[in-house]
Amino acid sequence: MLKGYISPYNATVVQKLLDGGAVLLGKTNLDEFAMGSGSTDGVFGPVRNPWSYSRQYKEKIVPRSDSEPENSNWVITGGSSGGSAAAVSAFTCFAALGSDTGGSTRNPAAHCGVVGLKPTYGLISRHGLIPLVNSMDVPGILTRCVDDAAVVLGSLAGHDPKDSTTVQDIFQPFALPSLTDVSKLSIGIPKEYHAPGLSSEILAVWSKAADLFKNAGAKVVEVSLPHTHYSIVCYHVLCTAEVASNMARFDGLEYGHRSDMNKSTESMYAATRREGFSDVVRGRILSGNYFLLKQNYEDYFVKAQKVRRLIANDFVKVFGSGVDILLTPTTLSDAVPYVEFIKEDNRTRSTQDDILTQAANMAGLPAVNVPTALSGRGLPIGLQFIGRSFQEKQLLTVAKWFEKQEMKYLLCIQILQISGYTHHQKDEFQTSSGERC
Amino acid sequence: MAARGCGGVWCRVLQRGPGGSCSASRPRRAVACNARGGAVPLGQSGLAPWAAVVGLEIHAQITSNSKLFSGSQVQFAAPPNSLVSFFDASLPGTLPVLNRRCVEATVMTGLALNCTINKKSLFDRKHYFYADLPAGYQITQQRVPIAVNGSLSYSLCKDNKMSQMVTKTVRIKQIQLEQDSGKSLHDDARSQTLIDLNRAGVGLMEVVMEPDMCCGEEAAAAVRELQLILQTLGSSQAIMAEGQLRVDANISVHHPGEPYGVRTEVKNINSIRFLAKAVDYEIQRQIKELENGGTVLNETRAFDSKLGCTVPMRDKEGKQDYRFMPEPNLPPLILYDAKSLPANVNHQQVVNIDWIHERLPDLPSVKRAKLVELYGILPEHSFTLVNEDGLMDFFEDVVKQTQMKPKKVIGWILSDLLSHLKQHSLTAKESPISSFLLADLLNLLENGDISSSAAKQVFEELWKGEGKTPLEIVKEKQLELIQDQEELEQICQAVIDEREKEVMAIKGGNEKVINKLIGLVRKATRGRANPLLVKQILEKKLSE
Repeated sequence: MLKGYISPYNATVVQKLLDGGAVLLGKTNLDEFAMGSGSTDGVFGPVRNPWSYSRQYKEKIVPRSDSEPENSNWVITGGSSGGSAAAVSAFTCFAALGSDTGGSTRNPAAHCGVVGLKPTYGLISRHGLIPLVNSMDVPGILTRCVDDAAVVLGSLAGHDPKDSTTVQDIFQPFALPSLTDVSKLSIGIPKEYHAPGLSSEILAVWSKAADLFKNAGAKVVEVSLPHTHYSIVCYHVLCTAEVASNMARFDGLEYGHRSDMNKSTESMYAATRREGFSDVVRGRILSGNYFLLKQNYEDYFVKAQKVRRLIANDFVKVFGSGVDILLTPTTLSDAVPYVEFIKEDNRTRSTQDDILTQAANMAGLPAVNVPTALSGRGLPIGLQFIGRSFQEKQLLTVAKWFEKQEMKYLLCIQILQISGYTHHQKDEFQTSSGERC
Repeated sequence: MAARGCGGVWCRVLQRGPGGSCSASRPRRAVACNARGGAVPLGQSGLAPWAAVVGLEIHAQITSNSKLFSGSQVQFAAPPNSLVSFFDASLPGTLPVLNRRCVEATVMTGLALNCTINKKSLFDRKHYFYADLPAGYQITQQRVPIAVNGSLSYSLCKDNKMSQMVTKTVRIKQIQLEQDSGKSLHDDARSQTLIDLNRAGVGLMEVVMEPDMCCGEEAAAAVRELQLILQTLGSSQAIMAEGQLRVDANISVHHPGEPYGVRTEVKNINSIRFLAKAVDYEIQRQIKELENGGTVLNETRAFDSKLGCTVPMRDKEGKQDYRFMPEPNLPPLILYDAKSLPANVNHQQVVNIDWIHERLPDLPSVKRAKLVELYGILPEHSFTLVNEDGLMDFFEDVVKQTQMKPKKVIGWILSDLLSHLKQHSLTAKESPISSFLLADLLNLLENGDISSSAAKQVFEELWKGEGKTPLEIVKEKQLELIQDQEELEQICQAVIDEREKEVMAIKGGNEKVINKLIGLVRKATRGRANPLLVKQILEKKLSE
């Protein structure tokens, strides 16, 4: 739909980075209009996870059969901001921007072994961010370590008059203290995040992390967020409704692709949108319009908003009971091979994969993925920390402490060896030239 | 159908002209209504009486420098697509930012219409696809508008006599803020539509008037009063010809005592005069349709000003579902008053209702009352003064500069000046006779230097705008009143001598005939005789 479209203005986040002296190296691939959890449904083709070509993965992989070409086992990055996660993971850049509406920054961060920060809704300007769900979208930050994320956050956060949903409060950039004493911390473990389909590996890593905190003197408690399991259904209604609305502007009239059909305005619109949108996008638009019909509005949209309030209140209650940070898994498993992933459709995958990340978007809370360990298959596993609204400093301080405990793992990243990429076909592929660090 | 006669009712009774569904020759309404819009039984032809209800949706363009949600300029008749920001063109990633001036203008209007101002109001998206709506939705206020439950009082002339004015009230359901759409021009020759987005995103106040009106005259009067109020407040210039004020009428008919009928919406009304015509035509059309056994469709019709009738426009069947949704990019609009205003607040960021209330200018109704009180003129006179653009100021300027009493000045303003202005389609500000010149003339009259008929002649001369002063014209045309008593007496005597028949009649008791003699004297003196004096002299002579 936006083929050939070059935006005549910079997004606020981009402008702020440029003003701060950053060098824009390029744009990355993603799921079309950020709809998806694999970064496989983009016009430019799927994104390949750099870890597919790592020594760690290649050592562990069991070839299915001898006749299979070497490169068919590559794994997805997760999504929808997979290209950005891959770029950071492959050392091509210092940081990358993504977006996060249901987990689109944290999910690929977990699969690519990088830090993925979702800031509090209203902290960073959305001016220039093509909207998916206006009430949940935030620009996401992808970096290799937590300190870097704090640096990028420092230059992006703050009120933007061009975005009426950013808070007016003055934002003070911060340097992260090196926390040594966690005895005053209370870490919450929400039991509902032990979701169906959670791999035993990740469960073990999560458990180990909780023990880490406990052994260091922090208070670790099990908490409950009872409405968690409604969040996906609720998200589907609200997301598709907003998508249907936000996509209404793509008609080929002012910019972007315009169909050659010119019998009438209506037929031109219809043809343009049919040609310009993928099936995934069109499916969401149709669902969304259904939910917004006058006869359905109360039953679906309003109901979903009410459920959203309940989900948000779950967090308020838990944080109000003395818990400082929540610790949860980010994904249900490590990255799956592309050939496995595409066996299910986009909607099914999204439903499955968003479950651990979605609720934070519902409640507008800040959350961050911290790479934690390697799976049995040699692929990254990350854990998620969720904090209080606008308490990014506390959130990232704890995340940094945790990251430090995983020093051994960080060393692993540094000797990541990317090889064999020259055998790849014409698909565009986000990686560096294979330099060792 | 036979005309329905009715006696002594508030609105003029109209009769449909013969032939043609669009005949507009001396149309008369087949219905009458009383002060509350209810029908008055019309007995004559034996058929059941009809009552009509008329509601209005009025869109007024807000007078502001920039648009409602973006910084592009608001300007009439600019080159196409020269006032379009990224947001107006719906470029992806752009977000709305609310214009403070538009909010203030709407609060002012709400206060002037006695509305309750909602301290918290919300924005919504109204979705439909049309080429002049780039985003595919309009941002409006459907759930909670900024102002509700107001009223507007307006005046009508009873039986077309200015001296009998009645005041009516129409309830204002709500006022909401919303975006205007762009303009589309259909080029059928080349099978294309041209879109100009200059107007897309301009702020509008939609004023919804309840169906408390019953005929075209009431609708027109209500809209006129609203127009005056908006112009007085400065919140909208409300010029219909420039599209700054657009009126859609919702019209239905029913038998009194029965539920309201199916209503139609009439659009494309470009002036107040056409509004009255359109409403009246539609009422008649619906009555005719129903009396012929047909039904009224819930449809949208356009008013064709050339033919004077309404024609079906787009189909409202299956009623379009606008899929309303809250606008997620705009937080609720919070307004404050003196009590709720938080301390240490940035005044650039808040709108204080009380502050605006204190600064409201005098509304037309107040202006009229003040004119009556200050100058002792009649209410219907003040009505015309306020109604005609610039006339009130002109009148007051003249009064300031002349010794003549306002009650007398008003006659000159309302009959002589106004009729000339109307004839030449001029406003008071464009009058070739300035207030200074008129005052000058009136002073001559007041001082007894000229007669009133001479004054009228001078007026005509002044109207030519040749730059002469009244005094110069008087001298030039020798219009001064004859001051010499003896000369007057001679002329009177001459007339008496000539007109034996009239003299006999007067002496015989028919006193009115003296006016004829006075007229003759006036003719003989070419308007230079003081009529009172002449009368005195004649009477004296005749009684001798």
